[in-house]
Amino acid sequence: MRKSLIPLAIFLVLVGFLAVGLGLNPREVPSPLINRPAPAFSLPLLDAPEQKLSAQDLRGQVWILNVWASWCVACRIEHPLLVEFSKMGMVPLYGLNYKDKPEDATQWLKKFGDPYTRSLSDREGLVGIDFGVYGVPETFVIDKQGVIRFKQIGPVTPEVLRDEIIPLVRKLGA
Amino acid sequence: MLELAGLVWRRWLAAALALLLAMLTLAAHGKEAQPASDNPELEVRVLAIAEELRCLVCQNETIAASHADLAVDLRKQIRIKLQQGQSQQQILDFMVERYGDFVLYRPPFMARTLLLWIGPFVLLAIAAVVMVVNVRRRQRTALAQEWSEAQARRARALLDDASSQS
Amino acid sequence: MIYELGHLALILALAMSLAQGVLPMIGAQTGNAAWMGLARPTARGQFVFVLIAYLCLTHAFVTNDFSVALAANHSNSTLPLHYRITAVWGNHEGSILLWSLILAGWTLAVSIFSRQLDDRMLARVLGVMGLISCGFILFTLFTSNPFERMFPPPADGQDLNPLLQDPGMVIHPPMLYMGYVGFVVAFAFAVAALISGQLDAAWARWSRPWTTAAWCFLTIGIALGSFWAYYELGWGGWWFWDPVENASFLPWLVGTALIHSLAVTEKRGGFKMWTALLAILTFSLSLLGTFIVRSGVLSSVHAFATDPTRGVFILGFLAVVIGGSLALFAWRAPQVGLGGSFEPVSRESMLLANNVLLLVAAAAVLLGTLYPLAVDALGVGKLSVGPPYFDTVFVPLMTPALFLMGIGPIARWRQARLPELAYRLRWAFGVAAVSALAAFLALGKWTPMIGLGLALAAWIASTVVLALVTRLQEHKSPDWRRRFAAQPGSFYGMLLAHLGVAVFIVGVTIVSGFESESDVRMEPGDTATVAGYQVRLDKIEDVTGPNYQASRATLSVIQDGKLVAIVRPDRRVYNVSRSPMTEVAIDRGLLRDVYIALGDPVSATAWSVRLHHKPFVNWIWIGCMLMALGGFLAVMDRRYRKLRVSEPVRPASAPPQADRALPIGGVVVARSGAGGTGR
Repeated sequence: MRKSLIPLAIFLVLVGFLAVGLGLNPREVPSPLINRPAPAFSLPLLDAPEQKLSAQDLRGQVWILNVWASWCVACRIEHPLLVEFSKMGMVPLYGLNYKDKPEDATQWLKKFGDPYTRSLSDREGLVGIDFGVYGVPETFVIDKQGVIRFKQIGPVTPEVLRDEIIPLVRKLGA
Repeated sequence: MLELAGLVWRRWLAAALALLLAMLTLAAHGKEAQPASDNPELEVRVLAIAEELRCLVCQNETIAASHADLAVDLRKQIRIKLQQGQSQQQILDFMVERYGDFVLYRPPFMARTLLLWIGPFVLLAIAAVVMVVNVRRRQRTALAQEWSEAQARRARALLDDASSQS
Repeated sequence: MIYELGHLALILALAMSLAQGVLPMIGAQTGNAAWMGLARPTARGQFVFVLIAYLCLTHAFVTNDFSVALAANHSNSTLPLHYRITAVWGNHEGSILLWSLILAGWTLAVSIFSRQLDDRMLARVLGVMGLISCGFILFTLFTSNPFERMFPPPADGQDLNPLLQDPGMVIHPPMLYMGYVGFVVAFAFAVAALISGQLDAAWARWSRPWTTAAWCFLTIGIALGSFWAYYELGWGGWWFWDPVENASFLPWLVGTALIHSLAVTEKRGGFKMWTALLAILTFSLSLLGTFIVRSGVLSSVHAFATDPTRGVFILGFLAVVIGGSLALFAWRAPQVGLGGSFEPVSRESMLLANNVLLLVAAAAVLLGTLYPLAVDALGVGKLSVGPPYFDTVFVPLMTPALFLMGIGPIARWRQARLPELAYRLRWAFGVAAVSALAAFLALGKWTPMIGLGLALAAWIASTVVLALVTRLQEHKSPDWRRRFAAQPGSFYGMLLAHLGVAVFIVGVTIVSGFESESDVRMEPGDTATVAGYQVRLDKIEDVTGPNYQASRATLSVIQDGKLVAIVRPDRRVYNVSRSPMTEVAIDRGLLRDVYIALGDPVSATAWSVRLHHKPFVNWIWIGCMLMALGGFLAVMDRRYRKLRVSEPVRPASAPPQADRALPIGGVVVARSGAGGTGR
């Protein structure tokens, strides 16, 4: 092979990578927690702060954790979809109210609907950090053994719900 | 550059005058501003670790520089963990466990990043070798050329001699 | 109506650029003088139409016509006029139109300052530039139309991003584009030369001033960007190895190798393959940079709103242009042959090493920038590569190049003897060694990096002086002024540019090694200290700007009991976008900056304030400006404006002409009796 072909060869490899790169999202940070046990937590309920709910209590069932906040604009986009989904009764939906004031959160749910079996108050955001949350909203699917199986970054769209979450939930035996 | 030589002396003078000034201004009104954090030495360590971590919200800043809420929260976590006595490596591991390798501002040295860290130096070594080989070859070709030219000249000279003699 | 006119002008520009790209090239291949003659008129026509389109777009911004979507999204009626004008390029569509305008501008310049350039060569050069223009205008028309309208037009616009409402914004992007785009000339010359098979010293001589000019602009553009980031972003950094910054730095690195390689090709006829390849690579990196910024493959604070379709188009364009030129190179280069021979120790070998080192450094930066993408594309995970990587890798790679920078100008062409060189450089070695330790003695702090930085800077500065003295000594004339005048401008240009590098290194080394900061809470009347300065907060007041509300602090900076400066940092909230922004206040000096940023209020009366002391930080940008000034001196070298060239510059088929003048501006005298072929 001629030496003068080397620059062209390197360039073609580069173009290959760039072409693939066009389909990727560089800002998306995949979770290292997929297929690992969900972090342990114990948080007060939004509507009954004296009571606590822990990860242990939710063992034995498939459940979905949705991270939301009243100050989050994007959450409003996915919220109607979540309300519809919760009505289907396929799988319990638990809300993680992230870095929010309980009064604001409760008001918000009254206004836009409450799809959550229960909502948990993570005022300091510490449980969020344990789950690797870096933006709101985020959604996790957790199986009967308490292992995280799926994470959605950003609002849940109808496509994601239809093509990923629902089939996964069915597979896990909800 | 002469300024630099006098800097040490000027610093002393400045410190002395500062003290005097501070005392005077204290007598009048206003006080020495408090450092923003309660424990400046701890803060320095917090920032040192925070500078090794990427802010995931404003992705091209470190947690040290970013104003994002998450960055503030994570700095708080670093502070708490340092106060609990954890080491830098433990804190970084904590972050990587939750956010993945992406959160490290300095790419870790592992199989996946071998090419990244070693690549440029390997490239330099290869380039150096190629260059040396090339220059040597050039030199040899030039020498060979000169040699053959010299031989041709000698041959011609001999022929001329021969023909002039005959 | 006016915007439809602008749109039409753009379409006409497309037609012109297509004609400019295709017809003269075919004409050059077949020897059709008429078609070759179309090169200049179509180039000029293209410029006129692109200019019209650009002015129409500017009209929308200036007159606050929010029926144009771009103005509605990026401008506002309360925005001051000068920012409305610069807002035209503060977005993707407008900036791409600016790209095309600047490209058309360089094309116009080449069409004017090429009177004695061979017709065939000119046809090919303008042809290549025409094809590139064509691609960009097509891209604009199909994916980034700046003339999109909005009905009904909103009452007012969304305002320009507050970060861009700044004098730096006025000049940084145009300078950067002048540089980026300017390398198209070197590219076109290289491709034209490869097509014709004629890579000779004359080709290098034509290319050189154009290339150096583009390099000057790029240097200024990058320096301005850094300077702007320093005071605009509020935390005192001046380089972040952000993908978009790297995208502008890569063509600079390779462009620097190119201007040095051109020197060898022009003076000694060597390095032809290298120079052609570097010319192609430099512009390719400019195009790659454009792709990176606008396609969304990398995340960056600078990136424009991204859209995959645009990315696909640019990538396709990239593949065709760069792939095509590299394929041409692969085909033609082996036929070029080696230039003059040179010894392992000689100026040529130093410049060769320089080429190699700069290319490896550029490769390292490219590797670091694209590595996250590669890792993600291969599905092996997600990584990020930040400044710690670049700082660690770049410095060791550049250090040998900086060391050679001292030796190169002293070494002779073709053959230099190492012992003789070492002997001549003995003073420089001494000064460098002393400087390495001086930091410790004078400044009280020492790390290997500080020592290395100061040693390199001293080495370069003393070798610059040595080169000057040696050259002046070689010229035998009793009158010193004569000796000075006898040296070409390019020699002084080189000295000044190299000196600029030394100044730059001093700035970087000292600011990185010796900067300090204080992070404090202040109430009016409080005094804080940083590096020997007392800073007293005098008052905080509310201020209303043209399109923002602000809290402004007034601080007195005192040293040794004397008032040094009064500074007024702001904390602004822009009316339309409601985004808060801190506007730092800097007391600038040759030897240090005192940099103060107002943070958030921490109580009813107290504010968080960050004070920085940045010693020698301005040497960074002064160094860059010296580099650009040096380049400018080199471009203005009277050689390029003088009359004769000793080698014929026409292809073998054309009738030979005795003396021909060079193609760059100024006074040109056509010498040959057979009549010039230029216009």
